[in-house]
Amino acid sequence: MEDIKKRIKIIKFWDYLFGIVGLLSTFVGVLLLVILFIDLFIDGAARLNYKFITSFPSRFPKEAGILSALVGTTLVMFVTAFVAVPLGVMAGIYLEEYAKKNWLTNIIEINIANLAGVPSIIYGLLALGLFVYFFKFGESIITGGLALALLILPIVITATRESIRAIPNSIREASYALGATKWQTVKNHIIPYSLGGTLTGIIIGLSRAIGETAPVITVGALTFITFLPSSPIVKRFPFISFKWLFDPFTVMPIQVFNWVSRPQKEFHINAAAAGVILLIMTLLMNAIAIYIRYRFRRKIKW
Amino acid sequence: MKNQLGKIKENIIEMLLFLSAIFSIIITGSIVFILFYESIGFFKEVSIIEFLTGKEWTPLFANPKFGVLPLIAGTFLTTGIAISIALPLGLIAAIYLSEYATHRVREILKPVLEVLAAIPTVVYGYFALLFLTPLLQKFIPQISSFNALSPGIIMGIMIIPYVTSVSEDSMRAVPMHIREGSYAMGATRFQTAIKVIIPAAFSGIGAGFTLGISRAIGETMVVAIAAGMMPNFTLNPLEPVQTFTSYIVQVSLGDVPHGTLEYKTIFAAGVTLFLITLIFNIIGFWLKKRIIIRGVY
Amino acid sequence: MVTENLKAKVNNLNFYYGNTQVLKNNNLPIFEKKITALIGPSGCGKTTFLRCFNRMHDLYHNNRYEGEIILYPDNINIISPLIDPIEVRMRIGMVFQKPNPFPKSIYENIAFGLRIRGIKKKSIIDEVVEKTLKDAALWDDVRDRLHSPAFNLSGGQQQRLCIARALATNPEILLFDEPTSAIDPIATGKIEELMVELKKKVTIIIVTHNIHQAARIADYTAFMYLGEIIEFGPTEKIFTVPSDKRTELYISGKFG
Repeated sequence: MEDIKKRIKIIKFWDYLFGIVGLLSTFVGVLLLVILFIDLFIDGAARLNYKFITSFPSRFPKEAGILSALVGTTLVMFVTAFVAVPLGVMAGIYLEEYAKKNWLTNIIEINIANLAGVPSIIYGLLALGLFVYFFKFGESIITGGLALALLILPIVITATRESIRAIPNSIREASYALGATKWQTVKNHIIPYSLGGTLTGIIIGLSRAIGETAPVITVGALTFITFLPSSPIVKRFPFISFKWLFDPFTVMPIQVFNWVSRPQKEFHINAAAAGVILLIMTLLMNAIAIYIRYRFRRKIKW
Repeated sequence: MKNQLGKIKENIIEMLLFLSAIFSIIITGSIVFILFYESIGFFKEVSIIEFLTGKEWTPLFANPKFGVLPLIAGTFLTTGIAISIALPLGLIAAIYLSEYATHRVREILKPVLEVLAAIPTVVYGYFALLFLTPLLQKFIPQISSFNALSPGIIMGIMIIPYVTSVSEDSMRAVPMHIREGSYAMGATRFQTAIKVIIPAAFSGIGAGFTLGISRAIGETMVVAIAAGMMPNFTLNPLEPVQTFTSYIVQVSLGDVPHGTLEYKTIFAAGVTLFLITLIFNIIGFWLKKRIIIRGVY
Repeated sequence: MVTENLKAKVNNLNFYYGNTQVLKNNNLPIFEKKITALIGPSGCGKTTFLRCFNRMHDLYHNNRYEGEIILYPDNINIISPLIDPIEVRMRIGMVFQKPNPFPKSIYENIAFGLRIRGIKKKSIIDEVVEKTLKDAALWDDVRDRLHSPAFNLSGGQQQRLCIARALATNPEILLFDEPTSAIDPIATGKIEELMVELKKKVTIIIVTHNIHQAARIADYTAFMYLGEIIEFGPTEKIFTVPSDKRTELYISGKFG
């Protein structure tokens, strides 16, 4: 009996010890995040002002800003979303609602899982060979946007599928029982009920794309751009122009990379400041995604 | 008549959805085609033997050498450092979240850990070069200002969520009655985790591990910024190194004309990188599938 | 009737899941080296009652015990917060409704209890593995494949392995929570025989859905209804001359 009591003391000691080690290990990541935020913020504080956002890059660090990078990121994201969202959602709907269990579906599924694991820079090489040289889009906004769209496609597909899968079968049966066709069921029930999860996935995907540097470097985004792309709205009929799609561009992460790679310390301040803004953009998108997921979870309960 | 039209509409929609799904295969096909097409041009001029066994990688020099070993060494060095940080920390965190943490704590800590994976890698690169390396220099004076250690450590913390998330999911998938069997014997949480949960969740932990490795091998910006761009054939973590990814970045930043041998080198590096990560992805995918199959109990 | 030795005694046991009271003021003697069966309709709280004996409820939050379960001969209240649940579980084993072998070999399943108690010596473990597998009438089935995974066994064999696993550490009481509900009739017969054999060594409490099972193997039977023990007595008496109307109705199959 005394033996058992002693033994229990020993195993409980290890139990508690591991609890502490576990908590600490989990906090290593959290700690790094905190230090990273603080460090970046302190380093970049000197440049975090309105002028920094509204200025073009410059040879003089104090005058340089991120205007062209911000505009570039916005336009590239527009192209990315325009391509990845419909394609990804449609593919997700097909795989969950239409696909039969056969070898082709199986291959598509394995393929999507594999695409999600392909390093981002490989998408850059794909875009370089395919869009820049084969389709002759050049080192342009459309090339960058397409590269990132392909990169986040698996994320959008997977999110769409998961949120569709959460819809119970009884809903589909109820719709069919009323005489609805497959597409009517999908349009009136499946898409609206899975919207929360799909939106969350889309935003997470876009936040990933916003921070991606490697594929955009590979397709030849420039690091020093002191002009804006052509305006999408023009004075003459039809008032809309797509010329901007083929303009050279830069994006936020490339601007950060460019500044951090320079030897002059002054530019590192710019890098930190642009990093803070980039960080806020991605975290904000993630927060929105989490909020949407939370809202939809509360709204729909099966 | 209306019914007929409705049927056609249904079929067209199904066709469109099917094409979107097929598109993912076209992407993979294009990746494979582009990588191999451009690399074949490279391997016409450089023998595969020289490529795989050469110890010098100097494609941009006047007298170019195309031995890929330095890039392999650099890639595996930084990945090795990263994984030796991410595996223990990620696994311990997974055990903690799955077996120790209360529901509330887990609901808070998990999303926070996921944030680690959401931060732009260029920001991590900044942090490795301008925060961690100067810090390391205080303790290890002989470390270069570009080195493998600092980006390796940062990458390690960065990929913790990849290791933790899949491992934790598979640990939580171990049914409660298996856990109760262990607790009913008088086991502690720690004993249950080590002796019952880890063996039961082994596939999932393996999947998290391989996906983490694949992630580290393909990571670009942290090494491009903080590891230097020096193709050293070394396993010394204190020296600058170059990885497959950072070599591609280096070439992309310069003005390499389309179609030249230098241009093709990035595809040769790319195809090697693609194949290496593919192996890890397939292993990871296979292990992940096993979690579901083993869910018999 | 010979007076029996008390192994445990339940006094005024109440149990709450959050604010819901599931066990109401229960009293029950447990006699040493006898089989006590808990019967009653589903949801009557018999499993909840059983799981108080090895403090399984401590694994989940917001659960609360009131009253006492006294364990003899030490005369301690095993549901008192002052007593470590691990100590209780080391002394009181449990076999579950669904066979739950660990994802390990047959050998390691049995060795588990010894290993967590810090016993490492291979000769001791070998000996215990053989002995308990014999006690659980499983030795002849598995002697050639001790190191193959326990999942390869049939459902009935898995359940006997779980019994062997619990026996390996010499528990004072063995709790059975509907041990044969997931198992075919032939395997059920074997496990019932085994339990009757085991009571020579260990006190047994069994929760069962199957009143015939209780009639076949139990020395004492308690009938539970809506969280209360309605009636307790020697099995024969409960099944032949129940004193409560509800017990009679349940036993004659009128409800439940």
